[in-house]
Amino acid sequence: MIQLEGVTVEKNGKRILNDINIEVRTGETLGIIGPTGAGKTTLLRVMDLIEIPSTGRVLFRGEAPESESERLAARRRIGVVFQRPVMLRGSVYDNVAYGLRIRRLSKEEIDERVRAALSDVGLEGYERRPARMLSGGEMQRVALARALAISPELLILDEPTANLDPGTSYVIEDLISRAKMIGMTTVISTHDLPQAVRLADRIAVIMDGRVISSGSADLLMNSDSDEVKAFLHAGMQRPVDWRLVHERMRVPH
Amino acid sequence: MDEIARGFLRAIELILELDPEVIEVALRSLFVSLASVTIASLINVPLGCLIHFHRFPGKSWMINLIQTLYSMPTVTVGLLVFLILSRSGPLGDYGLLYTPYGMIFGQAILITPVILGLTISAISGVSDDVRDTAISLGADRMQVMWTVIAEARGPVLAAVLLGFGRALSEVGVAMMIGGNIRGYTRVLTTAIALETSMGNLEVSIALGLILISIALVVNTVVSRVQGW
Repeated sequence: MIQLEGVTVEKNGKRILNDINIEVRTGETLGIIGPTGAGKTTLLRVMDLIEIPSTGRVLFRGEAPESESERLAARRRIGVVFQRPVMLRGSVYDNVAYGLRIRRLSKEEIDERVRAALSDVGLEGYERRPARMLSGGEMQRVALARALAISPELLILDEPTANLDPGTSYVIEDLISRAKMIGMTTVISTHDLPQAVRLADRIAVIMDGRVISSGSADLLMNSDSDEVKAFLHAGMQRPVDWRLVHERMRVPH
Repeated sequence: MDEIARGFLRAIELILELDPEVIEVALRSLFVSLASVTIASLINVPLGCLIHFHRFPGKSWMINLIQTLYSMPTVTVGLLVFLILSRSGPLGDYGLLYTPYGMIFGQAILITPVILGLTISAISGVSDDVRDTAISLGADRMQVMWTVIAEARGPVLAAVLLGFGRALSEVGVAMMIGGNIRGYTRVLTTAIALETSMGNLEVSIALGLILISIALVVNTVVSRVQGW
């Protein structure tokens, strides 16, 4: 679906991403884990073609979009949910309909898709509410509905459950699992290893702007790499409870 | 004191009686100021967006210059526009000097820095996250621009209204370009200056009250729309 080849991003003389080579295959869920400041958000911005790499290239469905119009065309097939959901001015309906209106869909289709997306995230009846008056969890759900409404081929989620209460986190995780079941390609960044294990088919570990390991959760946990071990035990924001990780791995999605 | 009090009473009478000359001057003021603010806004709001959304050498220098020109003396603008519109000037052939259209042209130039600079400030105040959200949802360049303007619509409208207030209350351009011709280019500010110099205080106060009332309405609307 999307492939990054030798991607490096530099900002103000600082290297944020360093020679990233990663591929997201069609239909899979890729988890990106790493500590805060590792470069996860920048990596996702590169995947969404918002951030143009300093060097290297991004292939979307085998083609590297070069011009702004090519990037726009590719970006319209990608849905993104940022860590801090930004609500645009207007109602919940206006927010979820935004991506559909700019694609000039008919009013009936917009109505139908908005209601379906809001129903998916459990926010039926919220259409007329001012989006900026919602709670953090509700805003995150609106942001997810907004991304799902455009039926993206690739869904990118940047720490979608960070700072949310367990109940809302569960709803979001359930939605991601359902998206996976219908074959949607998903990339999810998190610093919560158990969450990555629960949701992802493959996990890439990013540290200091480099991918230090990628593969299945089992492969990651049994890695011989000192760097990966050091990261898993010390690099996370909280110690990893391996018993919990294995326990949760057994929970069916 | 008695003279001032009498002046106030007579002024209120003139307003309530709908004195034809007072009403005519007030309406002309509104027409000239509204026309100049419309032209200046149609040019400067999109121009402000273009300046904000594009990177080019000297951009911050240009923004500094625009902001410096907020307090440009009206007589300086009057002189500049006079030179442009005078018979030997670049637009002399159009015969705009001492016409309401020349005043509209001059006032539009006078309020350009205010509307342009405040539009840039208003749009700069919109978080980059809004722009990124619009881009991530598939908006093209124009759609992103409109989304950002929609977010900043309150402050942009306030910029337009402040421009209107400045146009309505200025006297330098109106006097130098319009010439204060009775029944043709006389507006509230130039009429006040003339009537005061002639000792007709009650007419001056009546015109002044109208001017203050309009300014009050504009300021009230500005404070409302800033948080809109």
